[in-house]
Amino acid sequence: MRTFAYRTADDVTQAVTTHGADDQVAYVAGGTTLLDLVKLDVMRPTQLVDINRLPLGEVETLDDGRLRIGATVTNTELAHHPEVKARYPLLSQALLAGASTQLRNMATTAGNIMQRTRCPYYRDASAACNRREPGSGCDAMHGINRMHAVLGVSDQCIATHPSDMCIAMAAIGATLTLEGPDGKREIAFNDFHRLPGDQPEKEHELRPGELITYITLDTPIEGAGAYYLKLRDRASYEFALASAGALVSIQDGVIHEARLALGGVATKPWRSHEAEQALHNQPAAVSTFEMAAEAAMQDAVPHEHNAFKIPLARQAIVRALREACKDAENANEPR
Amino acid sequence: MDTQVIGHRTPRVDGENKLTGRADYTTDWYVDNMLHGYPVPASISHGTLEALDIEPVLAMPGVVAVYHHGNFPKLYRSPSSQAHQDQVSEVRLPFEDERIHYDGQYVAMVVAERYEQARAAAHALQARYHQDSGARPGLLETREDGRPLESEGGLRGDPDSAYERAPVKIDHVYAIAPESHMQMEMHATLAQWRDDRLIVHESTQGVVYQHKAMARIFDMPEEKVEVISHYIGSGFGNKLFMWPHAVATAAAARELGRPVKTVLSRQQDMASGGNRPASRQRLRLAADEQGRLLSMRHDSTTETSFVHPYVDSVGTPTLNLYACDNAAISHHLLEVNHGTPCPMRAPGEVSGIYALECAMDELAIALDMDPLELRRRNYSYEDPTKGLPWSSKHLDTCYDSAARRFGWERRDPRVGSMREGDEILGWGMATSSWTAGRQPCMARVELRADGTVMAACGTQDIGTGTYTVVAQTVAELTGVPLDRVEVRLGESSLPAGPLSGGSMATATTLPAVAAAVRAAIDELKEVATDEDAPFTGADPDGLAFRDGALADEQGKRVAFDDLLSGQKLGSVSGDGQAAPGDEQNQYSFRSFGAHFVEVRWDPGISRLCVSRVVSSIDIGRAVNPVTARNQVEGAIVMGIGMGLFEKLDYDPRDARLINNNYSDYIVTSHADMPEIDVELLDNPDYAFNEFGARGVGEIGLTGIAPAIANAIYHATGKRIRDLPITIEKLMEP
Ligand SMILES: Cc1cc2nc3c(=O)[nH]c(=O)nc-3n(C[C@H](O)[C@H](O)[C@H](O)COP(=O)(O)OP(=O)(O)OC[C@H]3O[C@@H](n4cnc5c(N)ncnc54)[C@H](O)[C@@H]3O)c2cc1C
Ligand code: SF4
Repeated sequence: MRTFAYRTADDVTQAVTTHGADDQVAYVAGGTTLLDLVKLDVMRPTQLVDINRLPLGEVETLDDGRLRIGATVTNTELAHHPEVKARYPLLSQALLAGASTQLRNMATTAGNIMQRTRCPYYRDASAACNRREPGSGCDAMHGINRMHAVLGVSDQCIATHPSDMCIAMAAIGATLTLEGPDGKREIAFNDFHRLPGDQPEKEHELRPGELITYITLDTPIEGAGAYYLKLRDRASYEFALASAGALVSIQDGVIHEARLALGGVATKPWRSHEAEQALHNQPAAVSTFEMAAEAAMQDAVPHEHNAFKIPLARQAIVRALREACKDAENANEPR
Repeated sequence: MDTQVIGHRTPRVDGENKLTGRADYTTDWYVDNMLHGYPVPASISHGTLEALDIEPVLAMPGVVAVYHHGNFPKLYRSPSSQAHQDQVSEVRLPFEDERIHYDGQYVAMVVAERYEQARAAAHALQARYHQDSGARPGLLETREDGRPLESEGGLRGDPDSAYERAPVKIDHVYAIAPESHMQMEMHATLAQWRDDRLIVHESTQGVVYQHKAMARIFDMPEEKVEVISHYIGSGFGNKLFMWPHAVATAAAARELGRPVKTVLSRQQDMASGGNRPASRQRLRLAADEQGRLLSMRHDSTTETSFVHPYVDSVGTPTLNLYACDNAAISHHLLEVNHGTPCPMRAPGEVSGIYALECAMDELAIALDMDPLELRRRNYSYEDPTKGLPWSSKHLDTCYDSAARRFGWERRDPRVGSMREGDEILGWGMATSSWTAGRQPCMARVELRADGTVMAACGTQDIGTGTYTVVAQTVAELTGVPLDRVEVRLGESSLPAGPLSGGSMATATTLPAVAAAVRAAIDELKEVATDEDAPFTGADPDGLAFRDGALADEQGKRVAFDDLLSGQKLGSVSGDGQAAPGDEQNQYSFRSFGAHFVEVRWDPGISRLCVSRVVSSIDIGRAVNPVTARNQVEGAIVMGIGMGLFEKLDYDPRDARLINNNYSDYIVTSHADMPEIDVELLDNPDYAFNEFGARGVGEIGLTGIAPAIANAIYHATGKRIRDLPITIEKLMEP
């Protein structure tokens, strides 16, 4: 048990001021990542700023058609929100594939983006881990690395970003609104998470004290079909071994626009531009999906126990694309 | 036997207590002046504790003491004898010396005023270790085979030459990863010393065993130790015998003169509170062209820790499941730097039956024969090891009934031939079996003037329904309704009862309770025929007890409560005991069943699920069909975990446990549940006991994992011999 101070805030300014630029302070939303890691002695904040009272609990459609999600909207609310179900089914599917009902009831949108890796050595304070303790080494590199990443890895860290929700956001495209001691700014969702490189402890672009206030989804692709496929050891309450989120629009049997993002296999929510290129203007057929899958995984680097993730991810991609195409065709059919 | 209560669906009599929070689990106990213990686990698996930085921790809020090898009181090891019922899970006492034999072994225990304070101090305690090189990783990470155990061997006929001569044979090695019990309720102890008496609340499957072991360890008369366990959040075997946390807690309470409660964390429970040991098993089977077994050989190795030689007897089913004149088993034991293993639901046999039933499937394929037909052709009509007839064996009915309900005759034996859209169906089956045991047992029953009946026995209900079946027995024999029957279990001061283990509790306890009921009724008849009593002068033997009343042949009837009140008596009581007898020399007792499993394999995305399980199990009479079915259904779910998910992951480099929590150690989730169709045959086994009941707690688990593995082969053509069957194994070319 480490003692820490606990503060609440009623609005964004107050939260940001209370937090300051101190890196010993942490915002707490649902607490499902943070409190877990505090108990494991992995995160050691001296002060928490509770943001649950902030007026960031709404989901609204903006005039330009984009969807603006408040940071503290829960995963459950978001997954079942009528606008999300109707216009962003990929996001709803991905959210519902994550964690369990109980966790989703607590987990928030910003908290989900900020969740930490599930690498067991990261979560064991007595193991060597560059992400937790820069320069200490990486016990996963030659250890039990079955759950680890094959894309975006470095020789410092091979941990996956475990989120499902973020895979949908990576495919849909989104903008984060941040507010911190130095004011307000925006950043594209796909620029937010960082690759481990030689600084795995720097997981994202948030500056000290910055708060995520909103996540604004790009306008949906017209007529696109959507499918999120999560492959995992058991059917629920389990992180992905490989997941694929696909958005595809088709015209006359040819893929007009495609978005593909991958989970469970990469060190950050992984948008595969290589796959998207391979799909563009190609017939909506299995052979195309297979080429896209090849392209997506061509730079994958396996370690001792996770080589199977490469073919598994390819399978996830092919199936997700097939189902997304079916969905697109159904959507196009006059009802 | 025509029954009114026994054999009828009866809701748990303790259900309301559990649902309303009145059930007092060990952790629920708070007593005055109580302190909290929190063990400090080693973070290396092989080496020496060099230093503990105690001073700063003693200065932390609420900390009262820190015990370790330097200041722990001198105690005695328990002889750990099954015959004397003082068996323990780990013979090494806590903090005996500085040696560390496994990750999670306790190097100290902090005692503090509050739980959070004890935990904080335990986390803060700095330990310095000398880590020895060469920690021995798990059995499955090495090629070593350990030492042979002659006592575990068995031989009949001449299996080796029969194997040589046979026309059809198979020879394969099967492996099972170590598993965790993952019981809901953690190990927990509350120890209090009152004068020179030790009172322990423990979540245990054996109050009597723990009471005796405590007496040995603290070198005190047995009658001065009491162990209490009213409610247990299950155990699956890891609460059969006492673990070191209980000893450390009782010692701390004595030293400090205050009650101490210790509740293990999930991490500690998984690292140092027992596991099913890994096994490696080589099976050689040979048959003639008609599929008659000519030779069976089962050579196995299991692992244990360096501090306790636990042996999981995996070979036994091979000696008695099928008729075969030539059979041999052998066993090796390998010490590894893991926490000590212990029995886990259907210990030994569930692992052995996994290997045997996969091997039978492989033999059937080699013979080009239906796997069910192969089992029928080797049906054993008597116990091949003892040469005694089975008391009551209806495995053939199980095969017929389960196969029919499953639709087995529609099975196309060609691999991958049964397609449905993206999916391929795989159908597999296996035999299920568990020995039927019984122990000596005592019980007491009181008929009370307030119209209630109390039955007491020093066994315990680990969640399986023992309270309910004892109440049913009393209600059956007295005619008193269930809501007027009080059952007391879970105290070592009650008449000595059995462990809740080995599926023996029901068959052991009920006959003793019945004897006690009869003794109490006899006592009542004595009272009733005394002077100035309702039946003065009558022959006690001429009176009958029915529907809560004594009656004579003339039709005079007096309810027992009226009778007692009239005689100004609060109660009469009877002591009963029962033990296995001569029937053990006439019959062999075992339960049998069959599982049929359907898996769905989607090769396009390497996704496998168990979609259907159809089982028929013969357990003799199901005393309570509700709780009995619950046991089998739960076992099926557990078996899916064993087959597909469960594995304690130890890092092979340093033998440290990596997945010590419910998130990373994967058990079956609701979404993985198949459609389950369980039939319990109702063939009372009166040779075994007067109620015809064998046990039901374990048998359901045996045979599930091999039926899954066999179904997977049928769907995929991949014969995976190592459990669990995870996705990557199915993806290998
Ligand atoms: C057992 C288990 C299983 C899980 N399974 C899955 C799964 O299958 N798929 C999946 O996707 N997820 C899974 N999760 C993760 C879960 O989705 C995350 O824990 C959750 O989304 C985090 O949200 P939270 O609101 O609880 O965050 P918190 O725990 O409150 O915060 C997490 C982090 O985000 C920071 N933070 C929170 N809000 C803000 C903000 N507005 N601005 C800046 N920083 C902020 C906090 O400081 C902290 O560092 C699982 C979690 C558990 C415990
Ligand atoms: S993979 Fe990354 S998170 Fe895991 S131990 Fe290595 S550095 Fe730490």
